[in-house]
Amino acid sequence: MTLKGLSTSRRGFLGLGAAGLATAGLGLPARAAKLATKARIVIIGAGAAGTALVNRLVERLEGAQITIVDARAEHLYQPGLSLVAAGLKPASYTLSQTTDWLPDGIALVAENAAAIDPIAKIVATTSGQTVAYDFLIVAPGLVLDHDAIEGFSLDLVGQNGIGALYAGPDYAAKTWVAAKRFTEEGGLAVMTRPATEMKCAGAPLKHAFLVEDIASRTVGLGKFEVHYTAPQGALFGVPIVAEKVRMLFGQRGIKTHMSHKLVSIEPGQKRAMFEKTELDAATKAEIKTMVELPYDYLHVIPPQRAPEVIRQSGLSWADKWTDQGWVEVDQKTLRHLRYPEIFALGDVAGVPKGKTAASVKWMVPVVEDHLIAAIEGREGTEVYDGYTSCPLITRVGRAMLVEFDYNNNLVPSFPGMIAPLEELWISWLMKEVALKATYNAMLRGKA
Amino acid sequence: MKELTFETLIAVFEEIFGQGLFWAMVVAALLVTAAYLYVLIRDRSMSMRKFLLAQLSMPFGAVASVLFIQAMTDSHFRDIGGPIDVIVLLGVAVLGAVGTAILVYTAQSLFRRKST
Repeated sequence: MTLKGLSTSRRGFLGLGAAGLATAGLGLPARAAKLATKARIVIIGAGAAGTALVNRLVERLEGAQITIVDARAEHLYQPGLSLVAAGLKPASYTLSQTTDWLPDGIALVAENAAAIDPIAKIVATTSGQTVAYDFLIVAPGLVLDHDAIEGFSLDLVGQNGIGALYAGPDYAAKTWVAAKRFTEEGGLAVMTRPATEMKCAGAPLKHAFLVEDIASRTVGLGKFEVHYTAPQGALFGVPIVAEKVRMLFGQRGIKTHMSHKLVSIEPGQKRAMFEKTELDAATKAEIKTMVELPYDYLHVIPPQRAPEVIRQSGLSWADKWTDQGWVEVDQKTLRHLRYPEIFALGDVAGVPKGKTAASVKWMVPVVEDHLIAAIEGREGTEVYDGYTSCPLITRVGRAMLVEFDYNNNLVPSFPGMIAPLEELWISWLMKEVALKATYNAMLRGKA
Repeated sequence: MKELTFETLIAVFEEIFGQGLFWAMVVAALLVTAAYLYVLIRDRSMSMRKFLLAQLSMPFGAVASVLFIQAMTDSHFRDIGGPIDVIVLLGVAVLGAVGTAILVYTAQSLFRRKST
């Protein structure tokens, strides 16, 4: 057997050597060649999920037409809102510009999506502009339904003892104005959470823990009470964590009111009305009664739903979360069950867990894998197991690094080193110092 | 953590301190280390007198680095919650102590050569 066409001249030999050197010198560390494609990819939402995905896609694809649709000029680092609402960070800690994080070579449409036609594969924006797609990633986040709480409006936040840290950086800072006054003067604090799915189910607990901790070292024990209310029957969705929180609440003297849903407030009289649900012992029928709680400080977390455009476009589950409208996706691949060219990422995805930035970090590589596989005409292999993480702050300076999956299993990242159900300084350090850094690295597609 | 590679770690440190400060600190650490090696090679021996002062400075470096970290992160000694926290605290103290000792020794060697 002979090698035909292979030059045996000295020049040919040198050429081969030079090519070899050039190959060795390029691309350290070695990267797979980019996939050439003309696919039109539209991403709705330039939050944590949309931004992280677009930065990864431009590293993987060559020639794709990628359009990201989002009207908001400011990018919010939402995991920081709990710290802002406890006076530990300024509002600016959570703020950056959307365009700071977006790569070159993509199109940004600075408008909101107004309609999605999954049959014609077209997204229309608020100004009437239309963008056609081959693949659509739905990642617009969720909306806070403040109007669902009668008597409440956002301009009350920061006055008369009312806080609402979910509403954004400025409202989180105003929340601290109200909470700080409570920690200095004492009285009765009432913490709430909604009956719907919500982003970061640990945040209501964190706020209760932080306010109690700061009050105990400011106004002092005996001068205040913290009451935690929730429409659910347990303090946390993961039973083993719920039990741990129950014990900590017991030690800290935080009283709980389970099956209490906030329905209205009377800000002038500082009274909150709750719908309490009990099961009749004999008939097992639900009995609803109204309960009134007075407060000196009230933390409001409203019901949370998918944005209107998602619910109007027929992408939502028809038989689950019907009042909330989360996108009907396979919980392992995040691919739409009826429209295979559509994926959902982040808060809007209709999966049992995963409305956190940590979930996004795990979801993005899965969607990336299945999307690229779809462009190549094969099936992807990555699976999202429901991973969610919550650095559950219990004091200023301490937290529990709780990580879990769809099955309510604890899945610690550092088994044997960082115990998930222990209040540790190192877990606090991770939240305070390393988390934003990891988040930013994720936005850039590097983590 | 997913995909905790060296590149991710560098990216995380860049985000914590800012790109400029992080690399400035890396350069400063390298320069001090290089200067330390330089004086060791130049003098061909450790000066025990300089080393004594360097050792005496270690506890101050240890305490200062722990207090620096606590001040930067809104935390206190009361937040130590488990064995891993003690290890992290001691690690910070040891790094501070060793760093200070090297810095003090090198500074003496560079600036007080004739007096010893």
